[in-house]
Amino acid sequence: MLANTVCRNRNNLRRAAHAGHGMVWSLLLVLLAAMPAQAELLIRITEGVESAIPVAVVPFKESGSLPAGDKVSDIVRTDLNISGEFSTLAPEKMLSLPSRGDEVYFRDWRLLGQRYLLVGEIRQLADRASVRFELFDVTSEKRILGETAGAPLNNLRSLAHHISDKVYEAITGVPGVFSTRLAYVTLQSANGKPLYKLQVSDVDGKRSRVRLESDEPILSPAWSPDGRRLAYVSFETGKPAVYIHELASGQRTRIASFPGLNSAPAWSPDGRSLLLTLSKDGNAEIYKMDIASRSLSRLTEHWSIDTEASWAADGEGLFFTSDRSGGPQIYYKESERAEPRRITFGSRYNARPRPSADGKFVYYVHQHNGAFQIARTNLETGQETVLTRTQLDESPSVSPNGRMLIYATKQGGQSVLTVISSESGASYTLPASEGDVREPAWSPIIR
Amino acid sequence: MNISMHHKAFALVLSLGLFAGCSSTGETVQDEGYGTDVSTVDQTGGSTVYGGGEDGGVSSSALTEAERQQALLEAEQAAEAAKRDITTFYFDFDTSEIKPEAREVLIAHARYLATNPGQKVRLEGHADERGTKEYNLALGERRANAVQRFLIVNGASRGQLETVSYGEEKPAVMGSSESSWAQNRRVELIFK
Repeated sequence: MLANTVCRNRNNLRRAAHAGHGMVWSLLLVLLAAMPAQAELLIRITEGVESAIPVAVVPFKESGSLPAGDKVSDIVRTDLNISGEFSTLAPEKMLSLPSRGDEVYFRDWRLLGQRYLLVGEIRQLADRASVRFELFDVTSEKRILGETAGAPLNNLRSLAHHISDKVYEAITGVPGVFSTRLAYVTLQSANGKPLYKLQVSDVDGKRSRVRLESDEPILSPAWSPDGRRLAYVSFETGKPAVYIHELASGQRTRIASFPGLNSAPAWSPDGRSLLLTLSKDGNAEIYKMDIASRSLSRLTEHWSIDTEASWAADGEGLFFTSDRSGGPQIYYKESERAEPRRITFGSRYNARPRPSADGKFVYYVHQHNGAFQIARTNLETGQETVLTRTQLDESPSVSPNGRMLIYATKQGGQSVLTVISSESGASYTLPASEGDVREPAWSPIIR
Repeated sequence: MNISMHHKAFALVLSLGLFAGCSSTGETVQDEGYGTDVSTVDQTGGSTVYGGGEDGGVSSSALTEAERQQALLEAEQAAEAAKRDITTFYFDFDTSEIKPEAREVLIAHARYLATNPGQKVRLEGHADERGTKEYNLALGERRANAVQRFLIVNGASRGQLETVSYGEEKPAVMGSSESSWAQNRRVELIFK
């Protein structure tokens, strides 16, 4: 079944490559190296844009014995493509394959319509690889980046993502997020019973690892600001409880299992406290828990549902969902004690706010003509923009550089993840190879 | 007590002429004869239909007053028990209001719980897949709490009732249509 998917998608890729005008629709690209037996996310670039910046990533010159599998320059090419802000030149269209600046004939690359050119060389030395890479501006014929980097031979993917981050930042001025991770929950059926798996992967869906398995629901994974821990809700005891999971050690702590709801964990920017939704005092209210002491302070007091809290970028204010007006809407409190102010008015249903790291926008689920889509409001102008076109979109999570947004949606009855570029509108989807994938959470930049 | 016993109790009472054509909805279904009684309780609650021929075959003169009272009681209990066959209650989108048609059935459950204080029930609240997962968790809880309050007001005690919300995580029916959504917005009573 997997093989069929691959063939179909390769054919689509060829068709799309010939389309080449206006918006490039349905460019389906499947990246498959060694497909592991376990359920992994696939990747499909569903929508590219012509405004993307043309970049040539020349296959790196190799010396020594490098492991089989995806080549570093191939991974860099994919990273740049999935950002939606770049389109890379297929190696077979290249007129020459330089690996150093003095081998570059800029005229050739101008002829091919390229704006930037990445060349490099990768060497194997014992159990490590080292890469020297250079980025050129084809128009000015200037080198804008030159660096060496190294990694163990079994971690060439991290090396490639590092190069992609550098290239992205050199061109856009904004840090790249190719070295960040995604947390998400997959749902499969095993022997007629549901099987939930909390997983963490690269942003291209590769190198997924299962962190928790349960036959009861797992939801709301949230990254600690240092990227080392996940907080989430698990029903493994038959009731919802909030856990903190240390990724390196696998150590888990149940930090909230009060009567009623224990849900919607959100970390404070300093990583010391969590916002939680608890209903122990009667109905869903927002509390702040100090993680070290487990002491609670209650931040909302209303007979309506208050939930889905998230700190604003400044760490002072907080956004949350409340149905105090009759239906769910986004509210903002300037400080823990301030009166909540309603900030969404565009439709009857706006929920689960997630602010961008720069504090300019808040993203949320927005009902529009019966469809549930992802929208954002510009917090300076108040202007609301609907960003997605599908029907049952939820769980928006913004990349730490604010340039991309991941959310869950339904495709052919299956839940998939979609990533869109907030700059270009380009998108790619990450379906699970089997079953559903939902509840994406984009990690911070992990240093 | 199983359904066929309920039927026998009804048949007995009907044959005595005590029901004189009065089912709870005022609707009587004439059947071919004795033993083909119909007893259905639909989701809208209360529309119970009983059938039974007049050629009953049990003579009233053979019954004492005590037996007659006993038959009446059993019939009532059977009617209550039949109502209690319904354990799932549905809600409109983004609401937690108990529908009027669910009330009679919930009252039967509450009475049963009042007379069986050892009986525990888990109230599981659910939402349809639309909207956000955490809001739906809170919505499922609000639905379960609404049912819990209704049961308490009608005689159950708090200690018998435990609530949990699964939000949109455990749909009863798969699919993204109005009819699947309607079946997924629910509270289920799980007797333990």
